Amino acid sequence: MEFMPEFRTARPTTVAEAVAIRAAEPGSRFLAGGTDLIPNIRRGIVAPPTVIDLAGIAEMRAIESLDGGLRIGAAVTLAELANHERVRTAYVGLKQAAGGIAASTHRQVGTVGGNLCLDTRCVFYNQSEWWRRANDYCLKSKGDVCYVAPKGSHCFAAFSGDLAPAFMVLGAEVEIASKSGVRIVPLTEIYQDDGIDYLLLKPDEMIAAVRVPAPSDGFRTGYAKSHVRSAIDFPLAGVAVGLRREDEAITDLRVALTGTNSMPLAVEGTEGLTGGPPNEAMLQGLDALIAKQIQPMNSTFSPPGYRRRVVAKLTRSLILNLYRDG
Amino acid sequence: MARNHITTTINGDEYEFLCDTEQTLLDCLRDELFLTGTKEGCASGDCGACNVMLDGQLVCSCLVLGVEADGKSMETIEGMAHGEELHPLQQKFLELNGLQCGICTPGILIAAKALLERDPDPTETEIRYWLAGNLCRCTGYDKVVRSVQAAAEEMRKG
Repeated sequence: MEFMPEFRTARPTTVAEAVAIRAAEPGSRFLAGGTDLIPNIRRGIVAPPTVIDLAGIAEMRAIESLDGGLRIGAAVTLAELANHERVRTAYVGLKQAAGGIAASTHRQVGTVGGNLCLDTRCVFYNQSEWWRRANDYCLKSKGDVCYVAPKGSHCFAAFSGDLAPAFMVLGAEVEIASKSGVRIVPLTEIYQDDGIDYLLLKPDEMIAAVRVPAPSDGFRTGYAKSHVRSAIDFPLAGVAVGLRREDEAITDLRVALTGTNSMPLAVEGTEGLTGGPPNEAMLQGLDALIAKQIQPMNSTFSPPGYRRRVVAKLTRSLILNLYRDG
Repeated sequence: MARNHITTTINGDEYEFLCDTEQTLLDCLRDELFLTGTKEGCASGDCGACNVMLDGQLVCSCLVLGVEADGKSMETIEGMAHGEELHPLQQKFLELNGLQCGICTPGILIAAKALLERDPDPTETEIRYWLAGNLCRCTGYDKVVRSVQAAAEEMRKG
């Protein structure tokens, strides 16, 4: 493993100060838990001249009640989120997603904002400097060929954050801070399906907090994922489901996925499958929607065909479990 | 570039040192303070050999910058035994062969101690999940888990 390159650190104490530094210093990066950024700096994947340490910003570390829901600061740790009393009881899918990220050590420092902005991953990208240099680099960093799809000019690195889909089925919004103030947008609108530019944030923008609406009656959520080693690995594919059951019918159904595309994917068209029980016809309809919208590629050690099958299977079982047991 | 002046408490003692901004806490412990009990395995947060407690939280010190430790307090493997008297975890790891080559052991001991402070009576599954971030290539983990279980039992007796 290489030595760290030189950089400076800035230690802002407010969000306004942090985004002002980010705007003034091109190429600078925000540092929260460091579990994603530090290995990437060490591997030469990114080389920020300035690292903006967010640890001193108290306003980003709180979970507060807001309009019956929650406002979760972006620097809240994954362990704090998973263990929060309201999250454990009212937002089960979120608890499951946060509590299943990496191992306990990383959950104690890794943050909500960091997981939402997690760099996309690929077997040709998350490698040491000498490995990537020997391979002539790749499209996402310093090279001009994507080894996953060499004929195209598109990067297919996979988004692998667990929280984004769990937040999406809850209809979460994010507070995005910049020098010009704060804007609030649905979480689904900050991503695009491009392994390089997966985040639609401007260079001086930062996620300051996530807003989760009040839980609505009877709306149940869950999260499940497939990974190589169940206690530590990034998801090969992850599924968040939110549904409402009234008598025998599913009256609201939302599905969001991770690990299958270069962004977390809120599956479109699920409202057309509601109104009845989750019978085989309905589940096949869902299989078809998912199959059409996902695009797993050879960016992990598990082949795309496996991830296609596993994501469909996970979604089915999660829906049936939520339908039966809540 | 000017070096940073850091003041910390490690295992109850005050320490001051100078470090470069890009030095990790692990590098500072080993190369500036010569506290070499904390090991470097992967340097990318995968293996847990560099686990230390930082303000009461279990962290991979390879993922923390030295400058982030300023004003904080730390526990490292050097503070685990009291003189010649081993911590029950250390004692049980020795008795039950919870280690072979030993490189992962300081990190595992620190992580296991953090677990037992939160939960004095964890199940085997809880131990295995808690220690999932600590990779060991020798033991196959079984003896590690048994050592932690035995130490927990001993510590519960008081």
